Amino acid sequence: MDSTAASALIESLAVRVIPCLDVKDGRVVKGVNFSGLIDAGDPVELAALYDAQGADELTFLDISASVDERKTTIDIVRATAEEVFIPLTVGGGIRSIADVDELLRAGADKVSVNTAALQRPELIDEIARTFGSQVLVLSVDARRNDQFKSNFQVTTHGGSRGDDRDAKSWIKEALDRGVGEILLNSVDADGTKEGYDEEMIRSLRPITSVPLIASGGAGKISDFSSALAAGADAVLAASVFHFAIFTISEVKNQLKSDGFTVRGAGL
Amino acid sequence: MIAILDYGSGNLRSAERAIARSGVEVKVSSNFDFCLSADGLLIPGVGAFGQCLTGLLEKRGDELIKLRMAEERKTLGICVGMQILFSESEESPGVAGVGIFKSSIKRLQAPITPHMGWDTLSVDPQSKLFAGISDQRFYFVHSYAAKEFLSEDLKREPKIVTTMASYGGPFIAAIEYGSLSATQFHPEKSGNAGLKLLDNWVTSCKESPR
Repeated sequence: MDSTAASALIESLAVRVIPCLDVKDGRVVKGVNFSGLIDAGDPVELAALYDAQGADELTFLDISASVDERKTTIDIVRATAEEVFIPLTVGGGIRSIADVDELLRAGADKVSVNTAALQRPELIDEIARTFGSQVLVLSVDARRNDQFKSNFQVTTHGGSRGDDRDAKSWIKEALDRGVGEILLNSVDADGTKEGYDEEMIRSLRPITSVPLIASGGAGKISDFSSALAAGADAVLAASVFHFAIFTISEVKNQLKSDGFTVRGAGL
Repeated sequence: MIAILDYGSGNLRSAERAIARSGVEVKVSSNFDFCLSADGLLIPGVGAFGQCLTGLLEKRGDELIKLRMAEERKTLGICVGMQILFSESEESPGVAGVGIFKSSIKRLQAPITPHMGWDTLSVDPQSKLFAGISDQRFYFVHSYAAKEFLSEDLKREPKIVTTMASYGGPFIAAIEYGSLSATQFHPEKSGNAGLKLLDNWVTSCKESPR
Protein backbone atom coordinates (compact mmCIF):
# COMPACT_ATOMS: atom_id res chain seq x y z
CA MET A 1 0.00 0.00 0.00
CA ASP A 2 1.44 3.40 -0.92
CA SER A 3 1.59 6.26 1.57
CA THR A 4 -1.46 7.98 0.06
CA ALA A 5 -3.69 5.00 0.59
CA ALA A 6 -2.27 4.34 4.06
CA SER A 7 -2.93 7.84 5.40
CA ALA A 8 -6.48 7.68 4.06
CA LEU A 9 -7.17 5.00 6.65
CA ILE A 10 -6.84 7.48 9.50
CA GLU A 11 -10.21 8.64 10.81
CA SER A 12 -9.93 12.37 11.36
CA LEU A 13 -13.37 13.98 11.46
CA ALA A 14 -13.20 17.25 13.39
CA VAL A 15 -15.60 18.11 16.20
CA ARG A 16 -17.78 21.08 15.29
CA VAL A 17 -18.19 24.41 17.07
CA ILE A 18 -21.45 26.12 16.08
CA PRO A 19 -22.48 29.65 17.03
CA CYS A 20 -26.24 30.24 17.14
CA LEU A 21 -27.75 33.59 16.19
CA ASP A 22 -31.26 34.53 17.31
CA VAL A 23 -32.86 36.50 14.51
CA LYS A 24 -35.95 38.71 14.83
CA ASP A 25 -37.36 40.95 12.13
CA GLY A 26 -34.10 41.02 10.18
CA ARG A 27 -31.73 41.68 13.10
CA VAL A 28 -29.72 39.59 15.50
CA VAL A 29 -31.03 39.98 19.03
CA LYS A 30 -29.67 38.88 22.38
CA GLY A 31 -31.46 38.42 25.62
CA VAL A 32 -30.05 40.24 28.63
CA ASN A 33 -31.02 38.76 32.00
CA PHE A 34 -34.81 39.12 31.88
CA SER A 35 -34.60 42.74 30.70
CA GLY A 36 -35.70 41.82 27.20
CA LEU A 37 -33.96 41.75 23.88
CA ILE A 38 -31.30 44.14 22.62
CA ASP A 39 -30.17 44.62 19.06
CA ALA A 40 -26.89 42.81 18.46
CA GLY A 41 -26.30 43.78 14.88
CA ASP A 42 -26.56 42.69 11.31
CA PRO A 43 -26.85 38.92 10.85
CA VAL A 44 -24.77 38.81 7.70
CA GLU A 45 -21.91 40.77 9.30
CA LEU A 46 -21.98 38.55 12.38
CA ALA A 47 -22.10 35.41 10.24
CA ALA A 48 -19.03 36.60 8.33
CA LEU A 49 -17.25 37.42 11.59
CA TYR A 50 -17.90 33.96 13.06
CA ASP A 51 -16.82 32.39 9.78
CA ALA A 52 -13.55 34.33 9.94
CA GLN A 53 -13.05 33.12 13.53
CA GLY A 54 -13.32 29.52 12.36
CA ALA A 55 -16.97 28.58 13.03
CA ASP A 56 -17.64 25.14 11.52
CA GLU A 57 -21.31 25.86 10.84
CA LEU A 58 -23.80 28.60 11.59
CA THR A 59 -27.30 28.35 13.01
CA PHE A 60 -29.97 31.01 12.68
CA LEU A 61 -32.91 30.66 15.03
CA ASP A 62 -35.84 32.75 13.83
CA ILE A 63 -37.70 34.03 16.90
CA SER A 64 -40.01 36.32 14.91
CA ALA A 65 -43.52 36.53 16.21
CA SER A 66 -45.31 36.93 12.89
CA VAL A 67 -45.28 35.47 9.41
CA ASP A 68 -44.46 38.91 7.98
CA GLU A 69 -41.37 39.25 10.15
CA ARG A 70 -40.37 35.75 9.19
CA LYS A 71 -40.18 36.68 5.52
CA THR A 72 -37.18 38.87 6.30
CA THR A 73 -35.35 35.74 7.46
CA ILE A 74 -35.40 34.48 3.88
CA ASP A 75 -33.64 37.69 2.83
CA ILE A 76 -31.05 37.21 5.57
CA VAL A 77 -30.39 33.63 4.48
CA ARG A 78 -30.03 34.79 0.89
CA ALA A 79 -27.62 37.60 1.84
CA THR A 80 -25.60 35.29 4.10
CA ALA A 81 -25.22 32.72 1.32
CA GLU A 82 -23.61 35.47 -0.79
CA GLU A 83 -20.84 35.98 1.75
CA VAL A 84 -20.38 32.89 3.86
CA PHE A 85 -19.49 29.48 2.47
CA ILE A 86 -19.94 27.23 5.48
CA PRO A 87 -23.06 25.20 6.33
CA LEU A 88 -26.05 27.18 7.49
CA THR A 89 -28.94 25.75 9.53
CA VAL A 90 -32.16 27.70 9.98
CA GLY A 91 -34.77 26.95 12.61
CA GLY A 92 -37.95 28.57 13.88
CA GLY A 93 -41.45 28.54 12.47
CA ILE A 94 -40.92 25.75 9.94
CA ARG A 95 -44.22 23.90 9.50
CA SER A 96 -44.30 22.57 5.94
CA ILE A 97 -42.39 21.26 2.93
CA ALA A 98 -42.94 24.66 1.29
CA ASP A 99 -41.20 26.42 4.22
CA VAL A 100 -38.21 24.09 3.86
CA ASP A 101 -38.06 24.48 0.08
CA GLU A 102 -38.03 28.26 0.38
CA LEU A 103 -35.18 28.22 2.91
CA LEU A 104 -33.06 25.73 0.95
CA ARG A 105 -33.51 27.68 -2.26
CA ALA A 106 -32.46 30.86 -0.43
CA GLY A 107 -29.19 29.17 0.58
CA ALA A 108 -29.82 27.21 3.80
CA ASP A 109 -28.31 23.72 3.98
CA LYS A 110 -30.31 22.37 6.88
CA VAL A 111 -33.46 23.24 8.74
CA SER A 112 -34.27 22.48 12.35
CA VAL A 113 -37.75 21.62 13.51
CA ASN A 114 -39.07 21.45 17.06
CA THR A 115 -42.65 22.31 18.02
CA ALA A 116 -44.14 21.64 14.59
CA ALA A 117 -42.69 18.10 14.62
CA LEU A 118 -44.10 17.45 18.09
CA GLN A 119 -47.52 18.63 16.96
CA ARG A 120 -47.40 16.63 13.74
CA PRO A 121 -44.57 14.04 13.67
CA GLU A 122 -45.35 13.17 10.02
CA LEU A 123 -43.62 16.46 9.12
CA ILE A 124 -40.32 14.65 9.74
CA ASP A 125 -41.17 11.89 7.24
CA GLU A 126 -42.32 14.44 4.67
CA ILE A 127 -39.16 16.58 4.87
CA ALA A 128 -36.82 13.57 4.90
CA ARG A 129 -38.57 11.98 1.94
CA THR A 130 -38.56 15.18 -0.12
CA PHE A 131 -35.14 16.62 0.63
CA GLY A 132 -33.21 13.80 2.31
CA SER A 133 -32.47 13.21 6.00
CA GLN A 134 -29.27 15.26 5.78
CA VAL A 135 -31.23 18.54 5.66
CA LEU A 136 -33.21 17.82 8.80
CA VAL A 137 -32.16 18.61 12.37
CA LEU A 138 -34.54 17.71 15.18
CA SER A 139 -34.27 20.25 17.97
CA VAL A 140 -35.22 18.74 21.33
CA ASP A 141 -35.70 20.93 24.42
CA ALA A 142 -35.52 18.49 27.31
CA ARG A 143 -35.51 18.83 31.09
CA ARG A 144 -34.94 16.52 34.00
CA ASN A 145 -38.10 14.91 35.33
CA ASP A 146 -38.00 11.63 37.27
CA GLN A 147 -41.64 10.95 36.38
CA PHE A 148 -40.32 9.92 32.95
CA LYS A 149 -38.63 6.62 32.20
CA SER A 150 -35.39 8.13 30.86
CA ASN A 151 -35.56 10.91 33.49
CA PHE A 152 -35.77 13.44 30.66
CA GLN A 153 -38.99 15.05 29.49
CA VAL A 154 -39.59 16.87 26.21
CA THR A 155 -40.76 20.48 26.60
CA THR A 156 -42.16 23.16 24.30
CA HIS A 157 -42.33 26.95 24.25
CA GLY A 158 -38.70 27.39 25.28
CA GLY A 159 -38.99 24.93 28.12
CA SER A 160 -41.96 26.56 29.83
CA ARG A 161 -44.46 23.80 28.96
CA GLY A 162 -44.01 20.10 29.50
CA ASP A 163 -44.91 17.66 26.72
CA ASP A 164 -46.15 14.19 27.61
CA ARG A 165 -43.29 12.56 25.71
CA ASP A 166 -40.12 11.05 27.11
CA ALA A 167 -36.99 12.52 25.44
CA LYS A 168 -35.55 9.09 24.71
CA SER A 169 -38.67 7.73 23.04
CA TRP A 170 -39.20 10.95 21.07
CA ILE A 171 -35.64 10.82 19.71
CA LYS A 172 -36.09 7.15 18.80
CA GLU A 173 -39.32 7.93 16.96
CA ALA A 174 -37.76 10.87 15.12
CA LEU A 175 -34.80 8.73 14.03
CA ASP A 176 -37.19 6.11 12.65
CA ARG A 177 -39.03 8.85 10.79
CA GLY A 178 -35.77 10.09 9.26
CA VAL A 179 -34.06 13.00 11.03
CA GLY A 180 -30.39 13.40 10.12
CA GLU A 181 -29.13 15.12 13.25
CA ILE A 182 -30.23 15.87 16.83
CA LEU A 183 -29.82 19.24 18.53
CA LEU A 184 -30.17 18.46 22.21
CA ASN A 185 -30.89 21.52 24.31
CA SER A 186 -30.98 21.23 28.08
CA VAL A 187 -33.70 23.45 29.49
CA ASP A 188 -32.19 23.08 32.98
CA ALA A 189 -28.70 24.13 31.90
CA ASP A 190 -29.77 26.77 29.40
CA GLY A 191 -28.80 30.25 30.54
CA THR A 192 -27.01 29.06 33.70
CA LYS A 193 -23.50 29.25 32.20
CA GLU A 194 -22.69 26.29 34.46
CA GLY A 195 -21.85 23.86 31.71
CA TYR A 196 -23.71 21.54 29.36
CA ASP A 197 -25.90 18.81 30.88
CA GLU A 198 -23.38 16.00 30.53
CA GLU A 199 -25.66 13.48 32.17
CA MET A 200 -28.32 14.15 29.55
CA ILE A 201 -25.79 13.79 26.73
CA ARG A 202 -24.45 10.51 28.22
CA SER A 203 -27.95 9.18 28.67
CA LEU A 204 -29.21 9.96 25.15
CA ARG A 205 -26.02 9.38 23.13
CA PRO A 206 -26.29 5.57 23.01
CA ILE A 207 -29.69 5.65 21.30
CA THR A 208 -28.73 8.43 18.87
CA SER A 209 -27.26 6.95 15.68
CA VAL A 210 -26.98 10.35 13.98
CA PRO A 211 -24.71 13.27 14.93
CA LEU A 212 -25.61 14.89 18.26
CA ILE A 213 -25.18 18.62 18.93
CA ALA A 214 -25.08 19.70 22.58
CA SER A 215 -26.73 23.00 23.45
CA GLY A 216 -27.42 25.00 26.58
CA GLY A 217 -25.21 25.95 29.49
CA ALA A 218 -21.83 26.90 28.02
CA GLY A 219 -20.13 29.41 30.32
CA LYS A 220 -16.51 28.35 30.80
CA ILE A 221 -14.08 27.48 28.05
CA SER A 222 -13.65 23.98 29.51
CA ASP A 223 -17.40 23.28 29.14
CA PHE A 224 -17.04 22.47 25.45
CA SER A 225 -14.55 19.65 26.02
CA SER A 226 -16.76 18.21 28.76
CA ALA A 227 -19.78 18.05 26.44
CA LEU A 228 -17.73 16.36 23.71
CA ALA A 229 -16.22 13.91 26.22
CA ALA A 230 -19.79 13.03 27.24
CA GLY A 231 -20.47 12.00 23.66
CA ALA A 232 -21.57 15.04 21.67
CA ASP A 233 -20.28 15.40 18.09
CA ALA A 234 -20.71 19.15 18.05
CA VAL A 235 -21.23 22.00 20.52
CA LEU A 236 -23.58 24.92 20.01
CA ALA A 237 -23.51 28.16 21.97
CA ALA A 238 -24.98 31.63 21.66
CA SER A 239 -24.35 34.16 24.43
CA VAL A 240 -20.70 33.29 25.19
CA PHE A 241 -19.88 34.17 21.59
CA HIS A 242 -22.24 37.15 21.28
CA PHE A 243 -20.89 38.76 24.42
CA ALA A 244 -17.33 37.92 23.32
CA ILE A 245 -16.58 36.05 26.56
CA PHE A 246 -14.32 34.04 24.29
CA THR A 247 -13.87 33.70 20.56
CA ILE A 248 -14.43 30.59 18.51
CA SER A 249 -10.71 30.32 17.87
CA GLU A 250 -10.02 30.39 21.62
CA VAL A 251 -12.52 27.57 22.09
CA LYS A 252 -10.85 25.56 19.33
CA ASN A 253 -7.39 26.07 20.80
CA GLN A 254 -8.71 24.78 24.13
CA LEU A 255 -10.36 21.78 22.44
CA LYS A 256 -7.13 21.00 20.63
CA SER A 257 -5.08 21.13 23.82
CA ASP A 258 -7.68 18.82 25.41
CA GLY A 259 -6.97 16.28 22.65
CA PHE A 260 -9.91 16.83 20.29
CA THR A 261 -9.54 17.04 16.53
CA VAL A 262 -10.53 20.50 15.34
CA ARG A 263 -10.53 22.36 12.06
CA GLY A 264 -8.19 25.34 12.12
CA ALA A 265 -5.91 25.68 15.16
CA GLY A 266 -3.25 23.85 13.12
CA LEU A 267 -5.73 21.19 11.86
CA MET B 1 -20.07 30.53 -18.81
CA ILE B 2 -20.66 27.94 -16.08
CA ALA B 3 -24.03 26.18 -15.85
CA ILE B 4 -25.45 24.62 -12.70
CA LEU B 5 -27.92 21.87 -13.57
CA ASP B 6 -31.26 22.49 -11.84
CA TYR B 7 -33.00 19.13 -11.49
CA GLY B 8 -34.75 19.33 -8.14
CA SER B 9 -35.10 21.25 -4.91
CA GLY B 10 -32.20 22.13 -2.70
CA ASN B 11 -29.53 24.68 -2.02
CA LEU B 12 -28.19 25.57 -5.47
CA ARG B 13 -27.57 29.14 -4.43
CA SER B 14 -24.37 28.48 -2.46
CA ALA B 15 -22.78 26.74 -5.45
CA GLU B 16 -23.86 29.56 -7.73
CA ARG B 17 -22.42 32.26 -5.46
CA ALA B 18 -19.22 30.29 -4.82
CA ILE B 19 -18.60 29.87 -8.57
CA ALA B 20 -19.34 33.57 -9.14
CA ARG B 21 -16.46 34.35 -6.76
CA SER B 22 -14.09 33.19 -9.49
CA GLY B 23 -15.22 36.11 -11.65
CA VAL B 24 -16.99 33.93 -14.20
CA GLU B 25 -20.59 34.08 -15.39
CA VAL B 26 -22.75 31.40 -13.82
CA LYS B 27 -26.37 30.43 -14.30
CA VAL B 28 -28.65 27.83 -12.72
CA SER B 29 -30.48 26.14 -15.58
CA SER B 30 -32.33 23.03 -16.68
CA ASN B 31 -32.07 23.88 -20.39
CA PHE B 32 -30.38 20.97 -22.21
CA ASP B 33 -28.62 22.95 -24.94
CA PHE B 34 -27.40 25.61 -22.53
CA CYS B 35 -26.03 22.98 -20.15
CA LEU B 36 -24.44 21.07 -23.04
CA SER B 37 -22.54 24.04 -24.47
CA ALA B 38 -21.47 25.76 -21.22
CA ASP B 39 -17.70 25.83 -20.56
CA GLY B 40 -18.35 24.03 -17.29
CA LEU B 41 -21.36 22.11 -15.96
CA LEU B 42 -21.81 21.65 -12.23
CA ILE B 43 -24.11 18.84 -11.12
CA PRO B 44 -25.19 19.31 -7.51
CA GLY B 45 -26.58 16.47 -5.41
CA VAL B 46 -30.15 16.56 -4.22
CA GLY B 47 -31.76 14.10 -1.81
CA ALA B 48 -31.47 10.34 -2.16
CA PHE B 49 -29.79 8.44 -5.01
CA GLY B 50 -33.02 7.16 -6.62
CA GLN B 51 -34.80 10.48 -6.38
CA CYS B 52 -31.72 12.20 -7.79
CA LEU B 53 -31.63 9.84 -10.78
CA THR B 54 -35.32 10.43 -11.49
CA GLY B 55 -34.75 14.19 -11.58
CA LEU B 56 -31.56 13.81 -13.60
CA LEU B 57 -33.15 11.62 -16.28
CA GLU B 58 -36.08 14.03 -16.61
CA LYS B 59 -33.58 16.71 -17.64
CA ARG B 60 -31.57 14.21 -19.76
CA GLY B 61 -28.66 14.79 -17.40
CA ASP B 62 -27.21 11.35 -18.22
CA GLU B 63 -26.92 12.33 -21.89
CA LEU B 64 -25.43 15.68 -20.89
CA ILE B 65 -22.70 13.99 -18.87
CA LYS B 66 -21.79 11.53 -21.65
CA LEU B 67 -21.90 14.09 -24.46
CA ARG B 68 -19.78 16.54 -22.51
CA MET B 69 -17.24 13.78 -21.80
CA ALA B 70 -17.09 12.95 -25.52
CA GLU B 71 -16.52 16.62 -26.32
CA GLU B 72 -13.99 16.97 -23.47
CA ARG B 73 -16.02 19.67 -21.79
CA LYS B 74 -15.59 20.00 -18.04
CA THR B 75 -18.25 18.60 -15.70
CA LEU B 76 -18.16 18.57 -11.89
CA GLY B 77 -20.47 16.40 -9.79
CA ILE B 78 -20.96 17.22 -6.11
CA CYS B 79 -22.08 14.79 -3.35
CA VAL B 80 -24.94 12.70 -4.78
CA GLY B 81 -23.95 14.42 -8.05
CA MET B 82 -20.80 12.28 -7.78
CA GLN B 83 -22.59 9.10 -6.69
CA ILE B 84 -24.90 9.10 -9.74
CA LEU B 85 -21.82 8.59 -11.95
CA PHE B 86 -21.55 5.03 -10.56
CA SER B 87 -23.56 1.98 -11.59
CA GLU B 88 -25.89 1.65 -8.57
CA SER B 89 -26.32 2.45 -4.88
CA GLU B 90 -27.35 0.51 -1.78
CA GLU B 91 -29.47 3.56 -0.93
CA SER B 92 -31.89 2.88 -3.79
CA PRO B 93 -31.70 -0.78 -4.83
CA GLY B 94 -32.77 -1.48 -8.40
CA VAL B 95 -32.11 2.05 -9.64
CA ALA B 96 -29.41 2.22 -12.32
CA GLY B 97 -26.88 5.03 -12.09
CA VAL B 98 -25.37 6.80 -15.10
CA GLY B 99 -22.69 4.11 -14.97
CA ILE B 100 -19.58 6.00 -16.05
CA PHE B 101 -17.82 3.96 -13.35
CA LYS B 102 -18.68 0.27 -12.87
CA SER B 103 -18.21 0.29 -9.12
CA SER B 104 -21.21 0.83 -6.81
CA ILE B 105 -22.15 3.12 -3.91
CA LYS B 106 -22.29 1.46 -0.49
CA ARG B 107 -23.49 2.45 2.96
CA LEU B 108 -20.79 3.82 5.30
CA GLN B 109 -20.02 1.30 8.05
CA ALA B 110 -19.74 3.73 10.95
CA PRO B 111 -21.68 3.81 14.26
CA ILE B 112 -22.83 7.38 13.60
CA THR B 113 -24.09 8.42 10.17
CA PRO B 114 -24.33 10.68 8.23
CA HIS B 115 -20.59 11.41 8.06
CA MET B 116 -21.13 15.07 8.87
CA GLY B 117 -18.45 17.70 9.24
CA TRP B 118 -14.95 18.73 8.23
CA ASP B 119 -12.54 15.97 7.29
CA THR B 120 -9.06 15.54 5.86
CA LEU B 121 -8.16 13.90 2.54
CA SER B 122 -5.37 11.88 0.99
CA VAL B 123 -4.96 13.75 -2.25
CA ASP B 124 -3.53 12.04 -5.34
CA PRO B 125 -0.28 13.85 -6.21
CA GLN B 126 -1.52 14.01 -9.84
CA SER B 127 -4.53 16.12 -8.78
CA LYS B 128 -5.11 19.51 -10.39
CA LEU B 129 -8.35 20.13 -8.49
CA PHE B 130 -6.51 20.23 -5.15
CA ALA B 131 -3.57 22.40 -6.28
CA GLY B 132 -2.56 24.48 -3.25
CA ILE B 133 -5.17 22.99 -0.90
CA SER B 134 -4.23 19.32 -0.49
CA ASP B 135 -3.72 19.72 3.28
CA GLN B 136 -7.10 21.35 3.94
CA ARG B 137 -10.32 20.05 5.52
CA PHE B 138 -13.55 19.88 3.50
CA TYR B 139 -17.20 19.62 4.55
CA PHE B 140 -18.95 16.26 4.13
CA VAL B 141 -22.61 15.24 4.63
CA HIS B 142 -23.36 11.73 3.40
CA SER B 143 -24.25 8.22 4.54
CA TYR B 144 -23.18 6.43 1.35
CA ALA B 145 -19.99 6.48 -0.73
CA ALA B 146 -17.96 4.61 -3.33
CA LYS B 147 -15.46 2.53 -1.41
CA GLU B 148 -13.21 1.62 -4.33
CA PHE B 149 -12.98 1.30 -8.10
CA LEU B 150 -13.36 -2.07 -9.78
CA SER B 151 -10.49 -3.39 -11.88
CA GLU B 152 -12.51 -2.51 -15.00
CA ASP B 153 -12.49 1.14 -13.89
CA LEU B 154 -8.81 1.08 -13.04
CA LYS B 155 -7.80 -0.23 -16.47
CA ARG B 156 -9.26 2.83 -18.17
CA GLU B 157 -7.44 5.58 -20.02
CA PRO B 158 -6.89 8.27 -19.01
CA LYS B 159 -6.04 7.00 -15.52
CA ILE B 160 -8.52 8.00 -12.84
CA VAL B 161 -6.97 10.43 -10.35
CA THR B 162 -8.44 9.37 -7.01
CA THR B 163 -8.51 11.25 -3.69
CA MET B 164 -9.48 9.26 -0.62
CA ALA B 165 -10.94 9.98 2.82
CA SER B 166 -12.00 7.71 5.66
CA TYR B 167 -15.10 7.31 7.82
CA GLY B 168 -15.90 3.77 8.89
CA GLY B 169 -13.22 2.74 6.38
CA PRO B 170 -11.69 4.39 3.33
CA PHE B 171 -13.89 5.82 0.58
CA ILE B 172 -13.44 7.86 -2.59
CA ALA B 173 -13.62 11.58 -1.75
CA ALA B 174 -12.85 12.98 -5.20
CA ILE B 175 -12.33 11.86 -8.78
CA GLU B 176 -10.60 13.51 -11.74
CA TYR B 177 -11.11 11.53 -14.92
CA GLY B 178 -10.39 13.42 -18.12
CA SER B 179 -12.89 16.27 -18.32
CA LEU B 180 -15.08 14.73 -15.61
CA SER B 181 -14.48 15.60 -11.95
CA ALA B 182 -16.48 14.88 -8.83
CA THR B 183 -16.33 15.42 -5.08
CA GLN B 184 -18.16 13.54 -2.33
CA PHE B 185 -17.79 16.61 -0.07
CA HIS B 186 -19.33 20.04 -0.64
CA PRO B 187 -16.72 22.53 -1.93
CA GLU B 188 -19.37 25.27 -1.93
CA LYS B 189 -19.68 24.75 1.84
CA SER B 190 -15.99 24.25 2.61
CA GLY B 191 -14.97 27.86 3.26
CA ASN B 192 -11.84 29.22 1.61
CA ALA B 193 -10.50 25.76 0.76
CA GLY B 194 -13.70 24.98 -1.14
CA LEU B 195 -13.66 28.32 -2.95
CA LYS B 196 -10.09 27.59 -4.06
CA LEU B 197 -11.08 24.14 -5.34
CA LEU B 198 -13.94 25.64 -7.36
CA ASP B 199 -11.57 28.33 -8.64
CA ASN B 200 -9.14 25.60 -9.77
CA TRP B 201 -12.01 23.89 -11.57
CA VAL B 202 -13.30 27.11 -13.19
CA THR B 203 -9.76 27.83 -14.41
CA SER B 204 -9.66 24.39 -16.04
CA CYS B 205 -13.04 25.06 -17.69
CA LYS B 206 -11.62 28.12 -19.42
CA GLU B 207 -9.04 25.87 -21.12
CA SER B 208 -11.57 23.44 -22.59
CA PRO B 209 -12.63 22.24 -25.08
CA ARG B 210 -9.84 22.18 -27.59
